[in-house]
Amino acid sequence: MTDLTALTLAEARDALAKKDFTALDLTEAYLAAMEKARALNAYVMETPEKARSMAKASDERRAAGSVGPLEGIPLGVKDLYCTEGVRTTACSKILDDFTPPYESTVTSNLWRDGAVMLGKLACDEFAMGSSNETSCFGDVVNPWRRKRADGSIDPTPLVPGGSSGGSSAAVAAHLAAGATGTDTGGSIRQPAAFTGTVGIKPTYGRCSRWGIVAFASSLDQAGPFARTVRDAAILLKSFASVDPKDTTSVDLPVPDYEAAVGTSIKGKVIGIPKEYRVDGMPAEIEELWQKGIDWLKAAGAEVREISLPHTKYALPAYYIVAPAEASSNLARYDGIRYGLRVTGDDITDTYELTRAAGFGAEVRRRIMIGTYVLSAGYYDAYYVKAQKVRTLIKRDFDLAFAAGVDAVLTPATPSSAFGVGEMSGGDPVEMYLNDIFTVTVNMAGLPGMVVPGGLDAKGLPLGLQLIGRPFEEATLFQLGEVIEQSAGRFTPEKWW
Amino acid sequence: MSVDRSTVVRVAHLARIRVAEEEVDKLQGELNSILGFVEQLAELDVSDVAPLTSVVPIAMKKRADVVNDGGIPKKVTQNAPLTEDDFFVVPKVVE
Repeated sequence: MTDLTALTLAEARDALAKKDFTALDLTEAYLAAMEKARALNAYVMETPEKARSMAKASDERRAAGSVGPLEGIPLGVKDLYCTEGVRTTACSKILDDFTPPYESTVTSNLWRDGAVMLGKLACDEFAMGSSNETSCFGDVVNPWRRKRADGSIDPTPLVPGGSSGGSSAAVAAHLAAGATGTDTGGSIRQPAAFTGTVGIKPTYGRCSRWGIVAFASSLDQAGPFARTVRDAAILLKSFASVDPKDTTSVDLPVPDYEAAVGTSIKGKVIGIPKEYRVDGMPAEIEELWQKGIDWLKAAGAEVREISLPHTKYALPAYYIVAPAEASSNLARYDGIRYGLRVTGDDITDTYELTRAAGFGAEVRRRIMIGTYVLSAGYYDAYYVKAQKVRTLIKRDFDLAFAAGVDAVLTPATPSSAFGVGEMSGGDPVEMYLNDIFTVTVNMAGLPGMVVPGGLDAKGLPLGLQLIGRPFEEATLFQLGEVIEQSAGRFTPEKWW
Repeated sequence: MSVDRSTVVRVAHLARIRVAEEEVDKLQGELNSILGFVEQLAELDVSDVAPLTSVVPIAMKKRADVVNDGGIPKKVTQNAPLTEDDFFVVPKVVE
């Protein structure tokens, strides 16, 4: 039999329908691949028994004539999603061996539609990071490696991006047919760009946040990682739902995103924001951006330059809003109701010792920044000001869309994947700059998708980002398919 | 704006995170680096701008005020570090 893990999600779905193999066969192939790929450290917990029993149940449902849209498809789940009876840690020591007695809405939707859970995937601690180096389970290694000028392979381990680094690495290395991610400032799109995978952050409110460990509630959104644009469209249909348990879940019917894949983009207006031409951007990224423009034009889209004048203020405003919300959300980790407890002399001592032992350095920094900007005397100067800046950032996009722009095309990241340890040195701001092109989308609540566009001179993937109007994810899948068809797909050479 | 040592200690206490004396300098530098970065916002005049309260222009949904869950004390306490008869056990709070 050919390697079943090489099939895309859509190919596996169609082959399962033709009974070429069973869900259990497919699941076994993935479990074997996961076992061989432990050097990548993508999974923080493999759940082979659960996977086999879910696959068998899927085969039984199929035999009985009941077939869901994801029937028998093996997926990995970011360890930020609560999974009933399966340890969920947000890759933080403070959650210890927390085992939720409930299932997140998004993963419930996936299992309802027939998917199979392979295990829990690594991420940065509480999704705070851009390199997966803040996880308490150690670094994840990108399946891609640099090529030297003479064509030989440089074995230096590279980061898979973050925070959803386990998800991006697993999908790129064929350790899952697709994976769940979350995106607060770029945590789906940046790792997708670093691994040559497709990742979409839907419009805020499209996917329920219920049962997902909260980071910054006004920015967090769930979304899928996949190998192709079509696969991402299939997954998003199952991710999205109207959920009474999340008051920010929007009452809009979920469209058939896959139907949009492959349809004509003739006449679509694509905005190219001049503010994304930042100083020091590598020429290769500039060239890729131009290629993206040419591909969309050749497919019949109209391209025009636009201005999003407040772009440069998005990242500083984000580093007020996100830590502020995080400091509030993470107040719940007190050592009393769940997770780690370090007992002190009194209750305050217990809180302080527990939180000092449980939170890693980056999480501690962000909680402290958040606490500071919300503290008496600074709230207006920082938090209220940042929320006002957010209004301006959103207005920039609103004006572009009102002028007829259907979607905005930008580079995904300012560089390709960097080496483990290369950016985690002294200044935290250096790492934050990774999200410079993605964070505006969260600040404005818009949908954003990253599609691989090519490889750089080091042989590493680079991504293009498409930003759409609220709830018009279908347009992104239409445009993304054109990019994928033009650029081709990119798979790392297996070395693990 | 930047923070001094005593502010770092005060914020750590507000955040209920114990910070050892020898960590304060490093944290002060990191926090000031972040605060220096966000200082760019000072360039913008936002006096006439309303703060964003929701990215999606919809009214918040309200559910009926009825009991729809409960009666599961075992599930509620099963992950606690210390429990007794379905209660969380905490250090003495009231003298």
